[in-house]
Amino acid sequence: MFDNFPLWPARASTAAGNVDALYIFLIIVSGMMTLLVFTAIIIFAARYRHRRGVLAEQIEGSIPLEVTWSIIPLGVFMVIFVWGAVVYFHSRTPPRDSTDVYVVAKQWMWKLQHAEGQREINSLHIPVGRDVRLIMTSQDVIHSFFVPAFRMKQDVLPGRYTTAWFHATKAGTYHLFCAEYCGTQHSGMIGDIVVMEPAQYEAWMSGGNTGPLSATGEKLFAELGCATCHRSDTQGRGPTLQGVFGKPVQLQDGRIVTADENYIRESILDPGSKIVNGFKPVMPTFQGLVSEEQVNALVAYVKSLSAASAVKTNTAMAQPTAPAKGNQVQ
Amino acid sequence: MSMATPIVTPVEREDYLNKEYGIASWLLTTDHKRIALLYLISITFFFFIGGFFALLIRLELLTPAGDLVQADTYNKLFTMHGQVMVFFFLIPSIPAVLGNFLIPMMIGAKDLAFPRINLLSWYLYIIAGIMMLHCILTGGVDTGWTFYTPFSTAFSNTKVIEAGLAIFVSGFSSILTGLNFVVTIHRMRAPGMTWSRLPLFVWSHYATSIIQILGTPVIAITLVLVVAERALHLGIFDPKLGGDPLLFQHLFWFYSHPAVYIMILPSMGVVSEVIACFSRKRIFGYHFVALSSLAIAVFGFLVWAHHMFVAGISVYAALVFSLLSYSVAVPSAVKVFNWTATLYKGSIHYDAPMLYAFGFLGLFTIGGLTGLFLAALGIDVHVTDTYFVVAHFHYIMVGGALMGYLGGLHFWWPKISGRLYPEGWARLAALIVFVGFNLTFFPQFILGYVGMPRRYYQYPGEFQVLNVMSTAGATVLGIGYLLPMIYFLWSMRYGKPAPDNPWKAAGLEWQTQSPPTTFNFEKEPVVTWEAYNYDEIDTGHKEEVKVVG
Amino acid sequence: MSDSQATAQTSVHEDLHSPALLHHFATEEQQRNASSFGMWIFLGTEVMFFGGLFVSYLIYRLWYFGDFGAASKSINAALGGTNTAVLICSSLTVVLAIWAAQTARRGMLLVMLALTMLFGVAFLGIKGIEYKDKFDEHHVPGASFSFQNVPIPGHPDQYANPQHAQIFFALYFIMTGLHALHMVVGLGIFTWLFVSAWKGRFTPEYHTPLEIGGLYWHFVDIIWIYLFPLLYLIDRHP
Repeated sequence: MFDNFPLWPARASTAAGNVDALYIFLIIVSGMMTLLVFTAIIIFAARYRHRRGVLAEQIEGSIPLEVTWSIIPLGVFMVIFVWGAVVYFHSRTPPRDSTDVYVVAKQWMWKLQHAEGQREINSLHIPVGRDVRLIMTSQDVIHSFFVPAFRMKQDVLPGRYTTAWFHATKAGTYHLFCAEYCGTQHSGMIGDIVVMEPAQYEAWMSGGNTGPLSATGEKLFAELGCATCHRSDTQGRGPTLQGVFGKPVQLQDGRIVTADENYIRESILDPGSKIVNGFKPVMPTFQGLVSEEQVNALVAYVKSLSAASAVKTNTAMAQPTAPAKGNQVQ
Repeated sequence: MSMATPIVTPVEREDYLNKEYGIASWLLTTDHKRIALLYLISITFFFFIGGFFALLIRLELLTPAGDLVQADTYNKLFTMHGQVMVFFFLIPSIPAVLGNFLIPMMIGAKDLAFPRINLLSWYLYIIAGIMMLHCILTGGVDTGWTFYTPFSTAFSNTKVIEAGLAIFVSGFSSILTGLNFVVTIHRMRAPGMTWSRLPLFVWSHYATSIIQILGTPVIAITLVLVVAERALHLGIFDPKLGGDPLLFQHLFWFYSHPAVYIMILPSMGVVSEVIACFSRKRIFGYHFVALSSLAIAVFGFLVWAHHMFVAGISVYAALVFSLLSYSVAVPSAVKVFNWTATLYKGSIHYDAPMLYAFGFLGLFTIGGLTGLFLAALGIDVHVTDTYFVVAHFHYIMVGGALMGYLGGLHFWWPKISGRLYPEGWARLAALIVFVGFNLTFFPQFILGYVGMPRRYYQYPGEFQVLNVMSTAGATVLGIGYLLPMIYFLWSMRYGKPAPDNPWKAAGLEWQTQSPPTTFNFEKEPVVTWEAYNYDEIDTGHKEEVKVVG
Repeated sequence: MSDSQATAQTSVHEDLHSPALLHHFATEEQQRNASSFGMWIFLGTEVMFFGGLFVSYLIYRLWYFGDFGAASKSINAALGGTNTAVLICSSLTVVLAIWAAQTARRGMLLVMLALTMLFGVAFLGIKGIEYKDKFDEHHVPGASFSFQNVPIPGHPDQYANPQHAQIFFALYFIMTGLHALHMVVGLGIFTWLFVSAWKGRFTPEYHTPLEIGGLYWHFVDIIWIYLFPLLYLIDRHP
C-alpha cells in the first residue's frame, strides 16, 4: 500500500496476531450479516415494489422466525464474547519474570525508566522477544499508553499504578500515542517505541547506565530513614520488607491483601490505610515528599528484596538475553 | 427561521397555526403542537451551530499539521461539537419535536397530560441553551463532552462550571419531557387504544422516556459533584485528595450509555411507522418490535462500563460488562430483521421518507455490527479511544438517529405545516446524505484500526489520505443537510396544500385535518381497529373513525 | 431544586386553578390519576438523583471505613435524632391534613398544614445550628478545613486521614444540603396549599393537590430516614 494510505497497522507483538485474527473473524461475520440484510432489503424492495392493483399481503409475524433470529445471533455473539475474553485475558495477564519498565505520564510527556536504570523521554527501547511489563502512573490527569503495532492500550491514572505488558516480535520503530484526552497538547504526547534485535539492545543498554532502579531505590530508602524501622531482621518498629513482595499480607483489620506494586505505593503515600497485623500505625506519610519517580525507585527496591527467591524458583524461565535483574541488587 | 410565520391555507379552516397570532400566542402556548414547533426552531439552530464546529474540525484535519486553528481552539471545537450535538440536538430532537407533536394525536388525546410542564421544559431547554451559548461565546470549554476527571475538575482552564450547569438545566428539560410522555401514554389513551394497538412510535417513546426519567438525574447529580469539586476542591474525584476519578466515569456512563438509546429509540419508532406505511403492511412481529424497545431501555442500564475496558477496572468486571453488552445487541438485531421482513410481500413505494428509512436500516446495521467489535474485549483494547469508536457512534447517532429524524420530518411535514415538500428534491437530499455520510465516516473505521487516536489535533502523515476522504464526505454531508432546511422553508410558502392524509397512512394522527386544530380531535375518537390496518385502508373497507358523544 | 418546585407547583396549580375539568382531560378521574401518577414518576427521578450520591457515599465508606467513622462521630447525633423525630411528626401531620380534607374539617386542615410547616421550619433551624457547629469546628471542606489528630473509633492509637474525612464532610454537606433544598421547596408548596385551604378550595371530592404535595413531603422525609443513619450513626456504640 501507499505510505500515506495504510489499511492495516504494523503487527509487531504476540498480541497483535490474536487481535487481528478476531478482528478478521468479526469482519467476516458482520460482513455476512450486512450482506444478508442488505440483499434481503434490495431483493424485497425491488421484487415487491408497488404495482397498480397488487395489494400487500398482510403477515402478522412468526414466532419461530423471531426465536430463530434471536437465538442464532445470540450464539454468534457468545462466540465473539468468549473469543474476545480470551484475547483480553491474555493481554491482561503478564507472564512471570517480565522485564519491568516504569512509566510516569504527565501533561504532555512520557517519562520512562527501565528497571536496569536507563531513563528515556517519549521513546522506549526494547528488545525483540522479551516480555516487557509497564508499571504506569500519572502525575496529573488520566493518560493512555497506546501502541497500535502491539494492539495494546492502557489508561494511566494519577494516584495508582496500572500495568500492561507486551512481547515484541519484530524490530522497527512504532508509534506511541496518548489515547486519553489530556489537554492542550494531547496530540503532541506521542513518542516512539524502538524495538531492537537483542544484540543491538544490549549495546544500547550498556551506554550511559546509571545503575539499576532498585539501587536508586535502596539509596533513597536509606536517605529517607526507612531502614531504621523496616529492618532486615524482624526487630524493627515496622514490618521487614524482605520477601514481602508478591506475598499475602495479614492486616490489622483481618483482611488479607497481596503485596503488589499498588500496595507498596499506597503504604508509602498513605501508610494509615493498610496496617500490617501486629504493628502500630506510626509511619508518617511520604505524600508530597517523594516524586513519582522516587516512588517507582522505592517500589523497585522493595521488589528486588523478593527477586532473589523468585529467580531461584524460575531459573528455567530465565532467557539468555535477559539480564538477571536479581543479581545486580545483591 | 420564519417557522413562526402563520400559514393561511387556501381553504380557510381554523387550525393550530392560524388560530392565534402574535409572539405571545407562541411563547405562552400550552399546545403541544406549537411547543413542538418552538423546539423544531431551537434545535435546528443548535444543529447548525454543532455542524459549524464539525466543519471546522474536519477542515483542521485536512492536513496532518495543526495549521488552521490553535490546539486549544481545536480542543474546544470537538468538546462543544459533542456537547451541543448530544445535549442540545440529538437528545431533544425526535422526542421533543416529533414526539411532542404526534404522541397525543397518535393515542387520541387532546394534549399531553401536563401542557404547562411541557412549556416549562421548553423554557428550561432555552435557558440551558442560552447558558451554553454564553459559555461558548465567552471562551468555551475544552474537557471533551465526557468531562473526565481530574482534568475537568482540577486542570482545565476553561468554562467547565458554565458548561456543566447548562447541561444540568437541559437535563431537567429532558426529564420533564419524559415524565409528560409516560403519564400521557398511561393515562390519556382514547377508548379502544389498547397497549397492543399503540403505534410503535409511541412504544419507542415510552421506552425512551423511561431512560430519560431514570438516567438523566444521575448525570445531573454527577455534574453537581463536578461543579462542586471544581469550585471547592472537595476531593471526591481527585486522586490527590483521596478521591477516585473512575467513580466519575462510572456515574457518567451510567447515564451516557443509555443516553445513546434516548437518541436512537425514537428514531426506531419513526422507521417503524414509515416502513409500515410505504410497504402498506402491518409491521412484521409487532409485539417483538415493541418489546425489544423496552428490552433495549432496560438492558441499556446494565452495560455502562464497556466504555471503561482499558480505564483500569478489574478483568472480571470487564468480562461481565462485555457479556451484558451483547444483551442489547440481540433486541437491536431483532428489530432490523423484523423491519426487513416487513418488506416481504409488501407493496413498496419509494417516497422520500422511505428512502430515509432505507438509509437508516443500512447505516444502523453497520453501526450496530461495529458495536459488536467494541463489545469484544480483545478488540476494544485496540480500538477504544480511536477513530473506530468515533465512526461507530456516528453511524448510530448520526446515521441512525438523524436519518430517522429527517425521515420523520418528511413523513409528517404535511401534517405539521399543511404543505407538501418537493418530492424530487427530498429524494435527492436523502441520497446525498446517505452517500456523504458513508464517505465521511467509513474511512474512520479504517483510520481507527490503523491506530489514529480520537481528539487529535495533529497526526502522523500516513493518516492523511483517509482524513481527506472523510473531510470531502463531510462537505457532501453538509450540503445534504442544508437542502431539506431550504426546501422545507420554501414549502411553507410555496408548497402545495397538503390533504389530511397524503400517504393514506394508518394512525389516528392522519385522521385529523392538516394542520390539525388546537385540540386535535373534535370529539374523542374510539379506536376499534388494530394498528397498521393497511389492508382495510387499501381495500377500501376502512372503518370510519367512531366518535362518542 | 427549582425543577421539583416547578413540577409540583405547576401540576398542583393546574388542578387547583379550575376545580372543573381541564380541557384536555376526558374525565375528572383521569385528571386526578394523571396528576398523582406524574408525581410518582417524578419521585422515581428523585430517587435516582439521590442514588448517585448514595453510591458515592457507599464506595468511599468502604474505602475509608475508619476515617468515615471518625468523621461521622464528630456530628451532633442528638440534633440529628431530634430532626428525625421532627420530620416523622411532620409526616403524621400531613396525613392528618389529608384526612381532615377528606372529612371536610377545614379548621383541622389548616392547623395540620400550619403544624407541618412549623416542623419543616424547625428542621431547617436545627440543621442550621448543626451547620454552624461544623463551620466553627473547621469541618467545612475547603481551604480552612481541619481534622487533625482525631482518633479512629476502635483504634485509639490511629488518627483519621484528614483528606478522607474531608470527602465524608463534602458528601455530608452535599447530601444534607440538597435535602434541605428539597425541604425549602416543600415549604413553598405547603405555603401555597395553606393559602388554597384558607380560601376553602379543598373538598372531600377534590383535594388532589394535597395528596400530591403530601407525596412529595413524605418522599423528602424518607430520604432523611436514610441519610440519618448513614451520616450520623455509622459508628455510635452504647
